[in-house]
Amino acid sequence: MSSWGQLGFQDAGSYFMEEFIYFHDFTMMIILGVLSYVVVFLILGLTSGWVDSGFVEGQLIEFMWTIFPALILIQIAFPSLLLLYLIEDFSKSFLVCKVIGHQWYWSYEIKTESSELLASVDCYMLPREDAFGMRLLLTDEFLMLPINVPVRILVTSDDVIHSWTLPSLGIKGDAVPGRLNQLNLTLNRKAMFYGQCSEICGANHSFMPIMLMGVYSWEFFAWLDRL
Amino acid sequence: MSSGVEITRPEGAIPLAQKYSGLSEEEVKKRIIAYNPPADSRFPNQNQTKNCFQNYVDFQRCVRLRGEDYKPCQFFERNYKFLCPTGWIEKWDEQLENNTFPVKL
Repeated sequence: MSSWGQLGFQDAGSYFMEEFIYFHDFTMMIILGVLSYVVVFLILGLTSGWVDSGFVEGQLIEFMWTIFPALILIQIAFPSLLLLYLIEDFSKSFLVCKVIGHQWYWSYEIKTESSELLASVDCYMLPREDAFGMRLLLTDEFLMLPINVPVRILVTSDDVIHSWTLPSLGIKGDAVPGRLNQLNLTLNRKAMFYGQCSEICGANHSFMPIMLMGVYSWEFFAWLDRL
Repeated sequence: MSSGVEITRPEGAIPLAQKYSGLSEEEVKKRIIAYNPPADSRFPNQNQTKNCFQNYVDFQRCVRLRGEDYKPCQFFERNYKFLCPTGWIEKWDEQLENNTFPVKL
């Protein structure tokens, strides 16, 4: 979860989020470089007091200020597209978890191999007095997923559009009624991850948080048994 | 594992799931959740609605053509049970019972 006054990203909880943060830092470095360059020359130009009345074109400089930005953009595009396609690779998933949005709570369904067993849990927000100071974030039940296991999350809704978001995992998927949206998730550490509904869905839209705990595989089995 | 990955263990080794959960081997096998419906190139994108529905329809058609005991039909059954939310399955089962299912099987 975020801390008070936090400006940057939360610590990454999934491998994709780590890559997103690296890409963000890389792009930010380029942006700041270009910004500094432009600001310096802007100020120099505005304060110099000199005017060249004969300066109407400059083939070389125009060529340079077209080519260099194009090269910079290509440098940004490569990792961007790589990441974009990487997060869409669903062939390696081991586990399927269905996330269903309701007004105003989330429910999770995990199917076991045997047809009779289906683990399902409904997660309602805890009221302020029970939330240990973490208001609007805690729920009575929470989803547990094993770490270092690629999980295929299928998000849908029972009524109106919601959005299942976990910022520290870099994951967001709209829960649309009648549609099944697929997300890819691989947790990288044992921790508790928090999120909140990200699509206006009625009076209690702000009061349907998401809690996800990353645990070892055997702890995950034990949790499934208890459901 | 049912996802197609074969794991070989040394003689006498107990699988981790069995060792840490305290369940017997049969109980662990019943609870295996490591099945991922294989990637279907007809549905490569984020929207998997049709994937779920198509597997359900294919299972119903398979069972009507070949009978309930035909083992290959279980592939479709397993796929739709893993992909589709329970609410959708219940709704479609009810539609089948009432003869109001929108697809001709």
